[in-house]
Amino acid sequence: MSDITEDVLVDARELMCPMPVMAATKAARRMDPGQVLKVMATDKGALSDIPAWAESNGHELIEQLTVGSDLVFFIRTGTPD
Amino acid sequence: MSAEIMTTDNTPLTEDDVRRIVKEEVGAALKKDPGMKTGAIVASKGTLDWAYPPLILANAAAAVGMDVSVFFTFYGLNVVHKDFEKKLKVDPVGNPAMPMPVPMPDLVTAMPGMVTLASKMMKKRFSDHKVAGIGELIDSALEMDVRLIACQMTVDVFGYDQADFLDGVEFGGAAAFMAEARKSNLTLFV
Repeated sequence: MSDITEDVLVDARELMCPMPVMAATKAARRMDPGQVLKVMATDKGALSDIPAWAESNGHELIEQLTVGSDLVFFIRTGTPD
Repeated sequence: MSAEIMTTDNTPLTEDDVRRIVKEEVGAALKKDPGMKTGAIVASKGTLDWAYPPLILANAAAAVGMDVSVFFTFYGLNVVHKDFEKKLKVDPVGNPAMPMPVPMPDLVTAMPGMVTLASKMMKKRFSDHKVAGIGELIDSALEMDVRLIACQMTVDVFGYDQADFLDGVEFGGAAAFMAEARKSNLTLFV
């Protein structure tokens, strides 16, 4: 388990591409820069999609772990440019 | 001809300085390139299977921070028609890539009712896998400010009216779309 505490949780488990990144995007838009977003997914595509999405948007992927079949990502939101 | 450029502390610029400055300036200019942030997609197909790719890609492009326009033309108009649920079907005839529960010759897949059956099967398979439906992908795209543009010429040719299309759909011509597309590094024809 992670010792990071998230500000916002997006539970995108069971959703398939592109819905996990869409849910993450919609959540991140409402967050302040520097807050932590936790995304949970089961779509294996998220393993490459969430890191690529974070980088494209200037967010920082601070931790990524697998808990059973859940893929868990902690992302620190960046400043929109 | 050469000119010696001095730095602020009055020492001549070295080759390394020049390389660093050029790299920084080019990097900064590329980041400002609007083409990096703009995408233009043509959706020309009106079947259930081909309705997915342009919508999924438009959503993903918006999620990575791009301004996206999708130009629906010819049969692609089906995707943004108010009756898209009824209009979008998949035909197994001439589509050898379509997975069937048992192998079937074309003569069987050409039987009456097979298009409806195949369309139902595909919808079920997608929803069993929790893939978002077409309506959900359209709503998501609009929420992400993706521009959905219906080709006015084909709207007229096919006898449609602007009121036949979903709320949020814009209407435009090829030149209006090209004005967007020429600014985009990402252009896709589906």
